[in-house]
Amino acid sequence: METREPAIRIAGLQKSYQDLQVLKGVDLTVDGGSIFALLGSNGAGKTTIVRILATLLKSDGGTAVVNGFDVAAEPASVRESISLTGQFAAVDEILSGRENLIMIAKLRRVGNPAGVADDLLRRFSLTDAGGRRVATYSGGMRRRLDIAMSLIGDPPVVFLDEPTTGLDPEARLEVWQEIQKLAGGGTTIFLTTQYLDEAEKLADRIAILHQGTIIVSGTLAELRQLLPPAKVEYVERQPTLEEIFLAIVGKEKQP
Amino acid sequence: MTTHVLSDTGVMLGRSVRHVTRSVDTIITVTIMPIAFLLLFRYVFGGAIQTGSDNYTNYLMPGVLLIAIASGISYTAYRLFNDLQGGIFERFNSMPISRSSVLWGHVLTSLVSNAISAAVIVLVGLAIGFRTSAGILSWLAVVGILAVFTLALTWVAIISGLSASTSDGAAAFSYPIIFLPFISSAFVPTETMPGPVRAFAENQPVTSIVNTLRALWEQQPVGHEIWIALAWCAGILVVAYVFAMAAYRRKIG
Repeated sequence: METREPAIRIAGLQKSYQDLQVLKGVDLTVDGGSIFALLGSNGAGKTTIVRILATLLKSDGGTAVVNGFDVAAEPASVRESISLTGQFAAVDEILSGRENLIMIAKLRRVGNPAGVADDLLRRFSLTDAGGRRVATYSGGMRRRLDIAMSLIGDPPVVFLDEPTTGLDPEARLEVWQEIQKLAGGGTTIFLTTQYLDEAEKLADRIAILHQGTIIVSGTLAELRQLLPPAKVEYVERQPTLEEIFLAIVGKEKQP
Repeated sequence: MTTHVLSDTGVMLGRSVRHVTRSVDTIITVTIMPIAFLLLFRYVFGGAIQTGSDNYTNYLMPGVLLIAIASGISYTAYRLFNDLQGGIFERFNSMPISRSSVLWGHVLTSLVSNAISAAVIVLVGLAIGFRTSAGILSWLAVVGILAVFTLALTWVAIISGLSASTSDGAAAFSYPIIFLPFISSAFVPTETMPGPVRAFAENQPVTSIVNTLRALWEQQPVGHEIWIALAWCAGILVVAYVFAMAAYRRKIG
């Protein structure tokens, strides 16, 4: 991490599915240790970018470099540097949570897989559920296990493809906290989302993917400047439904 | 990465063996139909079938085992299909592991689970009158041929699991294979069949495998049948492996 080479660098990335051109020359750069949010509507191509970066899909043109390795030329080194949490929880339903973690720890060849598993179960408040089959887990627990599995071996770059889609508000907050902790520890996070508040809350930099290209990118403050300066208006602020929900179920909303 | 193939495959094998042992219903489903056939032919149809041998249970055993294997491998296709549907397949493929281990884990699991169901069926056979004086070498040959047959059909199952679009579709390929022993020497001598059916029965893989297993158990000379049987298995194995790998490469991009 001495050199401040960007963690991810994409230039002119193109991808088509048959006649449909999904990516029409995508350029973006993600700094090491930052949280980068890629916004876009459904079908905009967010997952396609993630799958190319995770070496699961070949691009039709352009270059993509992750942690200093070209995804097309050095896929094995890229895989050593990343972990992917896809849109659908990539957990084994028939194994227990603990067995899932041990399996990944063995595949990543980390020392003491059982110790690593117990540690992560504790960190993600899954200790009690650790011995149960994942099939019995709630959506939030599954997602937490999924992210815990992605952290084994401390990969420097973590891809989270719509990490909170389908989660209830509490589970969402838990996932957000984990993402922030992770970035605090120096991991680069590349996340895709269709929730604007998620990007606003978490991301150091935000890019918007629309019709195959990045139409804007920058910090939240920079994006705000794209609009006319704020006018001061007096508005009676009603609590959002999320605030009401969280107040009633008795969880504090995190700052 | 190649140095990790064995340990990665070991982890994958451990995973899918757990899938087998934790769904006991799978083992029951796989063994119940062949056992039903065994009982049906032994106690219902068997009396009317003239095979020229005095122990019809002995005559039945090879075909019933092949039916068991043909239905057993459909679960390999099913398990692989489920991996592809969930995110776990992509997770494995985005990890620094040997990619072939993802498939080999399923293949080895198929060998283990089919060995278990074959053993159960042989035990049931022994209980209803299957007898053999075969020695250790003959038994090893029997196990070897069944293993190669399982391996060949498992790679067929892998193609199906990789390319199916529904879980029912993933398992459907096995139905014709399950049916194949009925048009062979597995239950009745082929001599009794009309011309074209007999020609098909005598020249399809099941007949040579069944005849070889029967000869090994009866302590008869296996003749050239064993080589025809092995050639069929090896041929299916090579072709299926090539197509399965092509399907896999398409899948992982």
